[in-house]
Amino acid sequence: METLYSMLTLALIFSTPIIITSIGGLFSERSGVVNIALEGLMMFGAFAGATVTVMLEPSFAGGFNWAPWIGLVVGSLTGALVSIIHAYLSVNLNADQVISGTGINLLAAGVTVYLAQIIFGQQRTDTFQRGFIKSTFPGLSEIPFIGDIFFTNIYSTVFVALILVVVAWFVIYKTAFGLRLRSTGENPHASDSMGINVAKMRYIGVILSGAFAGLGGAIMVLTQDTQYTVGSIHGTGFIALAALIFGRWKPFGLLFAGLFFGFSQILSLYSVDIPLISGLPLEFFNALPYVLTVVALVLFSSQAVGPKAAGEPYDKGKR
Amino acid sequence: MLTKLKAGFKEQWRAFKKFISDEDNSKWVVPIVAVLMGFLLGIFIMLITGRDPLDIFRALLRATAGIDVSFIGTGKKIFNARYVGEFLVFSMPVILTGLSVAFAFRTGLFNIGAEGQLMMGSFGAVMIGILLDLPLIIHLPLVVFTGALFGGLWGFVPGFLKAKFNVHEVVVTIMMNYAALFTTNYLYKQLPGSDNIRTVDVAPTASFASEFLSDLTNNSRFHWGFIVVILAVVAFWLIIDKTIFGFELKSAGFNKHASKYAGMKVERNIILSMVISGAFAGLAGVLLAVGTFNYGRVLPGAEGIGFDGIAVALVGGTTAIGSVFAGLLFGGLKAAQPLMQARGIPRDIADIIIASIVLFVAMQTGIKHFLGRFKVKEEE
Repeated sequence: METLYSMLTLALIFSTPIIITSIGGLFSERSGVVNIALEGLMMFGAFAGATVTVMLEPSFAGGFNWAPWIGLVVGSLTGALVSIIHAYLSVNLNADQVISGTGINLLAAGVTVYLAQIIFGQQRTDTFQRGFIKSTFPGLSEIPFIGDIFFTNIYSTVFVALILVVVAWFVIYKTAFGLRLRSTGENPHASDSMGINVAKMRYIGVILSGAFAGLGGAIMVLTQDTQYTVGSIHGTGFIALAALIFGRWKPFGLLFAGLFFGFSQILSLYSVDIPLISGLPLEFFNALPYVLTVVALVLFSSQAVGPKAAGEPYDKGKR
Repeated sequence: MLTKLKAGFKEQWRAFKKFISDEDNSKWVVPIVAVLMGFLLGIFIMLITGRDPLDIFRALLRATAGIDVSFIGTGKKIFNARYVGEFLVFSMPVILTGLSVAFAFRTGLFNIGAEGQLMMGSFGAVMIGILLDLPLIIHLPLVVFTGALFGGLWGFVPGFLKAKFNVHEVVVTIMMNYAALFTTNYLYKQLPGSDNIRTVDVAPTASFASEFLSDLTNNSRFHWGFIVVILAVVAFWLIIDKTIFGFELKSAGFNKHASKYAGMKVERNIILSMVISGAFAGLAGVLLAVGTFNYGRVLPGAEGIGFDGIAVALVGGTTAIGSVFAGLLFGGLKAAQPLMQARGIPRDIADIIIASIVLFVAMQTGIKHFLGRFKVKEEE
C-alpha cells in the first residue's frame, strides 16, 4: 500500500508540468492559433527558472527559500515573452503556425544552451542547491488515503496545477473573455462582425500559452532535475499537446489526460515490482502517451472536437 | 567617364531592385533574404554577448572548404581534405530529410515526422546489416531497401489516417516521432550482441564505408552513400516534374477538392505521398546507420536531423535542387559546430542561426511586403 501511495504522489508530481503546459495550449488553440512550440517555450521557461534559482539561492540561505518561486515567475514571464514571436508571426504575418512553432522549438535548444555557455561557461546551468523541497502537511496528511496521496511528501506546485485547471475552466466557460476567446477560435469572421478584436484575442491566447508553458517548464526542472540541460524537458511539451488533444480541448479533460500520462511515466519506474506488467519494457510506457493520442485522434475523428478555426490565419476578405 | 559609370551603376541597381521585388522570383529571393537575416541575427547575438562574429565564418570556411585561414603564412598545411569529407557526411542525411519534407509539402502535407521515419530507417538498415549474411551485391541494396521501406511504413500511418479519417498529419507525425524513438531503442537492444548504448557493427557487406573514399579525404568518414543521395535527388525531380503521378500529387496540394472533382484518387495520393516522403527520410537513416556510424545507436532523444529537414525544405523552396543547396548550407553549419566550440564560441550559435532562418522563412509574407517596396515604377 505504501508503494501505491508514493506511486500516486509521484504521478501527481510528474503530471504537474504536463497539465500546466497543456492549459497554455488550451488558451492558444481556443483562440485559433495552433501552438506546437509548447516544447520550446517550456525549455525557455525551464532555463530561466533554473538560472534565476541558481543565482538567487545564496541570498536566501538563512530563511525561507524564495528563489525557486521567483524562478517560476521569471520562467513564466520568459515563456510569455518568447511566445510573442509566435503571436506576431501567426497573427500579423499570417505565417504557417506549424512552421513558426517548429522554428521556436529549434530556437529554444540553441538559445538556452548558448546562454548557458555565456553565463555558466558550460552546456548546462549550474546545479541549484535546494530547488523545491517536498513537504508533508501536518494534520492534512493524517486523512486516510487522500492524506497519503495528496499531502505526504509532495511539492506545493502540484496544487498550483490543480488550482490553475479550475481557474482556466472558470475563465474559459464563465466569463465574457472566455466566450470571446472561444468564438475567435471557432469562427473568427462571425466574432469580428460582433465587434471582437480577433487579433487581440489571439495575441492574448498565445501569450497565455507562453506564460503557462514557461511556468510548466520551470516547475519541471525545479522539481524533477538538479540543473537545466538541453534534455531537461525531453518531449514533455509534446506530451502536453497530446494531453490537450486526448482531453478534447477541455480543462478537466486535459487534467485527467495529464494525470493519466503522468501515471504512465511513473509506471515505467515501478513496473518491475508489479507482477502483471513487470515483463513489459520501459519503452512501452514511454511510448504509451503518444500512441494513445494517435488512437484518440482516430476515435474522435468522426465528431467535431477542437476549435474549428485553429491553425488558419484570419483573413478578413475570405468567406 | 565617372558619370557614365554612375549611370551604369544606377541601371544595375534598378535591375537589381526590379529582380528582388518581382513576385515571380520570390521563390528564390525570400529564402536568400531569410538566410541572410538568420546570419545577421547570429552576428548580432555574437556581438552583444562579446564574441567575435568572424569566428563563425572562419569555422564555416574550414569546415566546408577545409581551408584554415589562421595557418596562412605559418608554413603549416592550409588545406585539409578531411574537413571536406566530414562536411559531406553531415550534409547528406540533411539533404535527404529535406527531400522528405519537401516532397510532402508539394502534396500539401506537413511531414514533421521525418525524425521518426529516419529512426525507423536506421533500424531497418541495422537489422538487415547485422542479422543477415549475404554477398555485398545483394546485402547492401537490401539494407537500403529495408531502410526506405521502414521509413515509408512510418510515413504510411499518418498518410492513411489523414486519407481515411481526416486526422491532421502534423499531430500524428509528432506523436510518431516519439513512438519511433522508443520503439527503435527497444528493438536495438533485442538485436544479438547489443548493450544499452549501441549494437554490434553491421557486416562489412552491409556498409557504405569505403577505404578509398576515406583515404581520398584524409581519413574522414566519407562513404558511398553519396550515390544514394544523387539517386534520391533525381528520383524526386523525376516524380514531381516528369510524371502524371507527380502532377496529381501537386494538384492535390493546390486544391484537394478540384483534384477530386477532376477524377484523381486524392486519398490514395495522400497515402502514397507520405509513404514516399517517409522513404526519403528512411534513406537518411540508412546513411547514418551504415554510412556514418556502421552500428545502431540507442538514442536518449531526437537528434534533430528530421527537424533540420524542415528548414532545408523551406529554404530550398521545396525543390530537389534547392534542397541540395540548403542541405549543404545547414550541413556546413552542423559540421562547423565542433570547430566553433574549439575556438571558444558556443557551438549553439549554429542552431540559433538555423532556427532563425526557419522563423524568417515563416515570415515570408512580411519579407515579400518589404521587398515590394523596391518595386520600380515603369516609365511610360
